[in-house]
Amino acid sequence: MTVARNNDLEAQIAEWRAYMHRRRELHRTDAEELEDHLRSRITELTEAGLRADEAFLIAVKRMGSLDELSREFAREHSERLWKQLVLPGEPDAPTAARSRRELPVMVLCAAVAALAIKVPSWFGFDMSDDDGGFYARNLSLFALPALAAYFVWQRRVGPRVIGVLALPFILGAVIANAYPLADDSQSMALTAIHLPLALWLVVGVAYVGGDWRSDRRRMDFIRFTGEWLIYFSLLGMGGGVLTAFTVGTFNAIGLDAEGFVQSWLLPCGAMAAVIVSAWLVEAKQSVIENMAPVLTRVFTPLFAATLLAFLVAIAWTTNGVDVERDALILFDLLLVVVLGLLLYAISARDLTARPGLFDRLQLALVVSALIIDGIVLLAITGRITEWGFTPNKTAALGENVILLTNLAWSAWLFLGFVRGRMPFARLEHWQTRYMIVYAVWAWTVVLAFPPVFDFA
Amino acid sequence: MHITKDLVAASATPLVLGILAEGESYGYAILKQVNELSGGQLEWTDGLLYPLLHRLERLGHVESAWEVPPGGRRRKYYRITDQGRAELAEQRRQWAAVVDALRGVWNTTQSIKPITAPAWEAGR
Repeated sequence: MTVARNNDLEAQIAEWRAYMHRRRELHRTDAEELEDHLRSRITELTEAGLRADEAFLIAVKRMGSLDELSREFAREHSERLWKQLVLPGEPDAPTAARSRRELPVMVLCAAVAALAIKVPSWFGFDMSDDDGGFYARNLSLFALPALAAYFVWQRRVGPRVIGVLALPFILGAVIANAYPLADDSQSMALTAIHLPLALWLVVGVAYVGGDWRSDRRRMDFIRFTGEWLIYFSLLGMGGGVLTAFTVGTFNAIGLDAEGFVQSWLLPCGAMAAVIVSAWLVEAKQSVIENMAPVLTRVFTPLFAATLLAFLVAIAWTTNGVDVERDALILFDLLLVVVLGLLLYAISARDLTARPGLFDRLQLALVVSALIIDGIVLLAITGRITEWGFTPNKTAALGENVILLTNLAWSAWLFLGFVRGRMPFARLEHWQTRYMIVYAVWAWTVVLAFPPVFDFA
Repeated sequence: MHITKDLVAASATPLVLGILAEGESYGYAILKQVNELSGGQLEWTDGLLYPLLHRLERLGHVESAWEVPPGGRRRKYYRITDQGRAELAEQRRQWAAVVDALRGVWNTTQSIKPITAPAWEAGR
C-alpha cells in the first residue's frame, strides 16, 4: 500500500521535474534545488498526517506558479534570459500580435535604412565622385536612426526617451555637416570613425528600452554588440559571394553589372544588413548559441601566447618598439581586442562559478597587454613632446589611456577574484559603469576636437 | 493579517542574511525559520526565495556549496560572507531608522490603535 503510494508520488514528482526542465531559464541545478525544497515540504506535510497526493498538491501550490517562478529566475539570471526569444508568462493577445508584426517592422526599418543612403544622390551627392567625404562623415546617420527606431518600437519606449534619443542624432547630423572639414583632414577621419561609435552607444539606450542605468541591461547591450558584429560579418561574407556571382554571371552574357553593384547593391545592402543583423541577434539568439563567448574561448589562449612571446622577444633582443604614428593605433587596436576578449568572457560567465585555469589565462593575457602598452606609451610620449599634438595623435593617445585605465583596474579586480577575495560581480559592475567613459570620449572627439584643432 | 507584497520584498534580504548570520542553512530551513520568526505572519511564495538567494550570491553576500548530509539528499547550503555581514549591519541601521520613525508616528497619532506589532519587529 505505502509502496504503491510512494510510486505514485515519485511519478508525480517526476512529472513536475519534467515541467521544470522544459523552462530554459531554470538550469538543472535550480530544478534540483527546487525539487529538494518540494520533497522537504511533502515530508513535513505527510508527517502532519496528510496523504501523499494531498501533500504533493499543497507543496506544488506553495512553490508558486511556474510562470512567475521562471520569470523571477530569468530576471535574476539575465545571461539566461538572453538565450530566450521572449519573456514567458505574458501570452496576452497584444504580445502575440506584436511578434507577428516583428518581421514586417524589421523589413520596413531595413528598407528605410537602405533607401536613406540613396537620398543624398537625388540632391547631387555622388558616391563615386568627390563627395566621398560626405558619405564617410554621414555613414552612421543612414542606418543607425532606423536601428534605434526599430528598438524604440520593439521595446515600447516612452515619448520622453524618444526625445532624448532624437537629440544626439540631430546633433550628430549637424556637427558632421556644419563643421568645415576638408576631405583629407585628420579631423574628417576622426569624425568618420568616432561618430558611429558615439551613435552606437545612443542606440544602446534604445536597446535597453531607456533603462540605461541598469547594469544588467548594459551587459545585455555589450553581449548584443558582440553578437551583432558576428552576424554582420557573416552577412557581409554572404554579400560578397552574392556580389561576385552578380558581376560574373552578367559578364558572361556581355552586360556590365559593376555600376549597379557599386551604387546600389553594396551601399543599400550594407545599410540593410545593420538592421537585419540586429534582428537576427534578437530573434535567433537560441539558434546559434552565443558565438562571441565561443570565439573568446578559442582566441584567449592564442592571444595570450602571442603577447607573451612578444614580451620575451623584446626582452631577448632588447629592440625598442618602433614608435611611428601607426604603431600607436596598432596598439590601441590590440587593447581593444584584449578588452573584447575580457568583456565577452565576462558576459558569458556563470557569475558564481569558482575561478579556474581559463581565468588565469585571461589574467595573463590582460597583464601582458598592460606591460606591452606601458612600454609603447613611454616611447610615444617622448615623440609627442618633441613633435607636438595633432588631432590623430591626441585621439590615439587619449584612447590608449582610457583603455589602459580600464584594463589596469580590471586586472586588479580580476586578480582579487582569482585569489578568491572578490566576487566576480565587481568586475562586471566596473565594465558596465565604464561604458559612460567611452560615450563621453567618443562625443568629445566628435564635438570638441575639430574646433580645438582648428579643423586640421 | 495580510502583509503587502512590497513589505515582504523589502524585508526579505535582511531576514535571509540575518538567518544565515546564525550559521549556514538551506532554502527550506530558511523559509521555515522565517515562518517561525514571524509567527506565520510573513507569507512567502516558496519558490521565490531561490532567485533571491541567487542574487545575494551574485552580489557576494553569500556563498553556496552542494553537500550531501549523511543518509540524506544532495542539498545546496548557503553561508554568509564577510561582505554579507557588513550588508546586514547596514540594513539593520536603515531598518532601525525606519522603525524609530514609525514608532514616533504611532505615538503621536493616538487615534490609530496598534492592532499587532509590525511584522518586521517580529522578524527581527
